[in-house]
Amino acid sequence: MADSSWFTSFPQLDRKDLTIFKRTLDGAYREFSRNYGELIEGFFDPLLTFLIWFEKLLLASPWWLTMGIIVAIVYSATRSWKLCTGVLASLIAIGIFGMWDDTMRTLSIITICTLLSIVIGVPTGILMSRSNRMQSLITPILDVMQTMPAFVYLIPVVMLLGIGKIPGVIAVIVYAVPPVIRLTNLGIRLVDKEIMEAATAFGATNTQKLFGVQLPLAMPTIMAGINQTIMMALAMVVVASMIGVKGLGQPVLQSITNQYFTLGLLNGLAIVALAIIFDRVSQAYAKRSQKHLGNRHD
Amino acid sequence: MTSINTNNQTTSPLIEINGLYKVFGPKEQSILPLLETGKSKKDVLAETGHTVGLRDINLDVQQGEIFVIMGLSGSGKSTLIRHFNRLIDPTSGQIKVEGEDIMQLSKDELIEFRRHKMSMVFQNFGLMPHRTVLENVAYGLQIQKVPKKERSEKAVTWLETVGLAGYEEQYPGQLSGGQQQRVGLARALCTDAEILLMDEAFSALDPLIRSEMQGQLLELQEKLKKTIIFITHDLDEALRIGDRIAILNDGVVSQIGTPVDILLNPADDYVEAFVKDVNRARAVPVKTIMQQSVPIIKSANLAEAIAKLPKQGYAFYQNESGFHGLLTRKKLEAAIKLRPEGNITPEDVTEIPNLMPDMLLQEALSDSLTSEYSLPVLDEDGRYVGDLSSESLAETLEYTAE
Repeated sequence: MADSSWFTSFPQLDRKDLTIFKRTLDGAYREFSRNYGELIEGFFDPLLTFLIWFEKLLLASPWWLTMGIIVAIVYSATRSWKLCTGVLASLIAIGIFGMWDDTMRTLSIITICTLLSIVIGVPTGILMSRSNRMQSLITPILDVMQTMPAFVYLIPVVMLLGIGKIPGVIAVIVYAVPPVIRLTNLGIRLVDKEIMEAATAFGATNTQKLFGVQLPLAMPTIMAGINQTIMMALAMVVVASMIGVKGLGQPVLQSITNQYFTLGLLNGLAIVALAIIFDRVSQAYAKRSQKHLGNRHD
Repeated sequence: MTSINTNNQTTSPLIEINGLYKVFGPKEQSILPLLETGKSKKDVLAETGHTVGLRDINLDVQQGEIFVIMGLSGSGKSTLIRHFNRLIDPTSGQIKVEGEDIMQLSKDELIEFRRHKMSMVFQNFGLMPHRTVLENVAYGLQIQKVPKKERSEKAVTWLETVGLAGYEEQYPGQLSGGQQQRVGLARALCTDAEILLMDEAFSALDPLIRSEMQGQLLELQEKLKKTIIFITHDLDEALRIGDRIAILNDGVVSQIGTPVDILLNPADDYVEAFVKDVNRARAVPVKTIMQQSVPIIKSANLAEAIAKLPKQGYAFYQNESGFHGLLTRKKLEAAIKLRPEGNITPEDVTEIPNLMPDMLLQEALSDSLTSEYSLPVLDEDGRYVGDLSSESLAETLEYTAE
């Protein structure tokens, strides 16, 4: 190349070198997935069995029983008949427009993703709140998880595990878990310093402080994180349908490719309905469990 | 070393702090040599970026006393009190409780120590908003794994003691500031710890409630005889409740002494500036400034009495049966004219208001100013112990601007 070309155009790697670089990495990863794919798949087997069982359970139960159970759960969590009526109405509408089965599939995968996110997210958040070093280590990872386009990290997952439920679940969790981690960390760090000092001064151990003071006081913030996680998981359903996750996302994907506006709209609205149900119920539950925050004296 | 030996001979202090230094910053140990050369806080901060919190603190706290640590914000008083139960660890120095160096405690021993030896009351109460008042009071016992029934019973008793019976099932957020601090006090008392640390416990309360709480604390202390370390920035509060007061200025102890000591003999300009605005009438008791300037006449004989009368022309009359009152030259001379060989009769004695040694000057003020004589100070048995002249009263109350 000309001697001073670096001045006008960036001295990038040779195209040949770049191709070799990409090929080597791809090859190495392919090699890895060929060798360990089955092993890793085996590791996820119990989860897959459970996923299938849960989905079958929701699909095989008669619709009125499922509806009844959902409304009962909503009532026991919120004690609000108004909310129960709303939930029942939206479930009936979903059924009438022929989206019951897809909604059940989505419901099953969202429920499991949310539970897994909590199981992974809350302890990670606790760990993060314990040390500043941990926080500075985990924060950039969370940034990547939230901003990296979902399709990009879907590629290696699909290469490793093929298409299907498990990669879908992994994709959804990667996208949805950061809020619960961040807000658990934040909630614990925001607990009043003097209250923590009081616990220490009375001789509380670290475990007693965590379960007796930090987690209960951080609970409103953690619940907000869980709420966000559910919303993000629902938003991810459409993307996950691209790698073979069945549910409300697939008709949406189908209507994008075929320009079926009404089909897309109906399924989109069903996702929105699920989101609103999850949101209202989890918030009402959080509020009810924080009864000490009510009728404050100022 | 010698000072420790002399201490042992009398009563050894419950808490002893020797040569305590606290530096805040990434390399606190490296600053100690600088401090030993006498570098000022400001220089250390400018040169190394480290903040000197406490500097060479030495103090003893006796069992059963209220020891007040007083200073303005930034003086290090809150830092100092957190060393007593090691919420903060010192950079160097020794903290002994009952002769045991608590810096040597292991993690588990420290937890045991905090559970049983010391409890703490906080400025902003430090109550747990998600627990009821009863659960808050029982907190110390709960983490000791005391059975629920036992700890609840105890918590109820303490709530009654602080005057909050009936509030058990409320949440702290539903109570007023004064009530919340009572909960804080009950929580601290509930563990039966011998030592009570109170970090600006009443500073967040309004003046009326504060004064009420001070009264309640003193009342409780009469009964409980705890050892109390009390932090405050309010000199009036320190003077009212403190048996002894340590004045902290910029991380250094300026003076340790009884309230009267500090008021009447301030050790340096800083303390003097502090105490100059204090209403001494409300803090100094009569006994500290009373003298024995008026003679006492014991003889009942009029002639002997007159002979003993001093120049200023009056004396107090006290014999085996007790203190009777004032004898003036005028009255005695009138009496001896009528009865030359007679004795003093009750008509010859003028009544005079008397004072008690523990009375505050304020209470003595009106009597003293309306009387032309020095007033007698009598002990509990009604015997003369001293007298208070309006001149010495005025001298004490006068603000000397030098």
